[in-house]
Amino acid sequence: MTALPQAYRVERGTRLSRLGALGGAGLLALLVAMPWIGDSSDMRIIGEIAYYLALAQMWNLLAGYAGLVSVGQQAFVGLGAYALFVFAAVLGVPPLPALLLAALAAAVIAIPTAFVVFRLRGAYFAIGTWVVAEVYRLLFAQTSSLGGGSGMSLPAAIVRSIGESRAEREMVVYWVALAIGVAAVALVYLLLRSRHGLALTAIRDSEVASESLGVDNFKTKLSIYVAAAFGTGLAGALIYLQKLRISPDAAFNIGWTADIIFIVVIGGIGTIEGPILGVLVFFVLRELLADYGTWYMIVLGAVAVAVMLKAPQGAWGLVAERFDLHFFPVQRRLRLGEKAAGTRQAPTQKEVTS
Amino acid sequence: MEWLDTVIQGVLIGGLYALFATGLSLIFGVMRLVNIAHGDLIVLAAYLALVAVDATGIHPLLALLIVVPLMFGVGYALQRGLLNFTLGGDILPPLLVTFGISIIIQNALLEIFSPDSRRLQAAGLETASIHLGGGLAVGTFPLIIFLAALAIIGLMQLLFYRTKLGRAFRATSDDQETARLMGIDNRHLFALAMAVALAVVAVASVFLAVYTNFDPTIGPGRLLYAFEAVIVGGLGSLWGTLAGGVILGVAQSIGAKIDPGWQILAGHLAFLAVLVLRPQGLFPRMAS
Repeated sequence: MTALPQAYRVERGTRLSRLGALGGAGLLALLVAMPWIGDSSDMRIIGEIAYYLALAQMWNLLAGYAGLVSVGQQAFVGLGAYALFVFAAVLGVPPLPALLLAALAAAVIAIPTAFVVFRLRGAYFAIGTWVVAEVYRLLFAQTSSLGGGSGMSLPAAIVRSIGESRAEREMVVYWVALAIGVAAVALVYLLLRSRHGLALTAIRDSEVASESLGVDNFKTKLSIYVAAAFGTGLAGALIYLQKLRISPDAAFNIGWTADIIFIVVIGGIGTIEGPILGVLVFFVLRELLADYGTWYMIVLGAVAVAVMLKAPQGAWGLVAERFDLHFFPVQRRLRLGEKAAGTRQAPTQKEVTS
Repeated sequence: MEWLDTVIQGVLIGGLYALFATGLSLIFGVMRLVNIAHGDLIVLAAYLALVAVDATGIHPLLALLIVVPLMFGVGYALQRGLLNFTLGGDILPPLLVTFGISIIIQNALLEIFSPDSRRLQAAGLETASIHLGGGLAVGTFPLIIFLAALAIIGLMQLLFYRTKLGRAFRATSDDQETARLMGIDNRHLFALAMAVALAVVAVASVFLAVYTNFDPTIGPGRLLYAFEAVIVGGLGSLWGTLAGGVILGVAQSIGAKIDPGWQILAGHLAFLAVLVLRPQGLFPRMAS
């Protein structure tokens, strides 16, 4: 056999990703049916996992793909949440449309915000986003019509318009949370498989090179920042629709971003599977250690430090490396010397792009 | 007169912010590391001072003799034992590791010292004032803070431009690879930079602990002030950092005068205004 030309093909899906899609659809059907098969505490925890997953995917999109490491995402959690309260409680919009409007409001505010924070690069961008989040927190604390520093509650009439009974409300919030979690994963997946995704990873790997190849870095980053603000704002709005009570210190708390960063780092930054695995690990740790308060946070911090130093690709990165597993294949792989489709072991495989 | 008083207070407390910022600026300059745990290290040093004062009953300013060398050691060990391994191109590892350290320090302090706010008593020094005539008076202690900031930044300037160590710092800052070829041991030099930075932090911490109440959660706020002072002053300029701290102090002081709720917000807004109008800062180092 001559060395070249070899048979080759460009592969996007893998057998596992197709199997995974099937399994995922089954799991999703099970989750959608949860209100009939599980109790309300199951629903609460799965709903929580779902919106944390959405928050994590949005941060992962920023930091893992666009190279925009923000520690100020709590700005958009808070903005989405406060916008929901304004639309629902002040302007009388029904809660579900108000959720979408709130996310939209967060995205709109993200545009001028981006023009300020994009003046800072790298690690300075990170701290700049934190300052901006503090500014929003302090501004809402000064807004007496929204309760100032002590915040406000959703009026009982609005609460009833989510659902008449408590069980009905829990069901609505649960389904919306699930939808947001799934939509966040789908959005990131579809985006990364598109040409915009390619532009994005090019920017992360080298700003100069991508610019010289015709990628509009600023526009690409801006659109990702705004999209992440939309997703984060939507999740934030839902979280406070569930909590029914808001205050600036809680809604704009750095703790949101700390949890998100932990989830993404431990799961594997820059992969779609990573945050999914990370959010499960996070909730297991939380259930085990929640009673220990500060010790729980110390353990989280130490685990994040250890992962970053010893295995920066995260838990999913280790799995993917070891077993060549990809549930959400966003790479284009050039498989050499393979005629049969879908064979898995491939010592000659080359990744053309990642 | 009242406004002049407000501005003077702002200028003096700006010295404290400049001291917070000097450490941050130093480590960024030498090794391009942005330390998110900076604020929590400030609070850690304040608690070390508290323990020293409680244990021995000495005057808080004498506690400097204990806390400064201690933080120098903490800085060296932290950099040599941990942070050095995060350096090397990618911005994520140093950022996320220092973020993790920030959470660890904050919660460890909460666990040990409880969330209650504390303060160091300095035998009346904190309330003493000097009358300047015409109804103006400045607090003795804020004046001491400001003069100490001037002295320390002057010393840092000397260290940077008149000593062998300073030359090594500047060489590494300009070009790490070449500096290594010239025989500079990066790992040791970075550890020394962090040690010096935290020694400066220790001084600022003791002043902070006498000047105002502190609790384990105030670290991030101090980090933001330090960061703002560095950016407002312009990267790479120590006197610029002092100016940045002063501008921040004055903005906060004027904000507080208008409405107590606006104190911190006014500082942040001044920072954002500078960022939009003059992103390179007010006094960036001249290109050499």
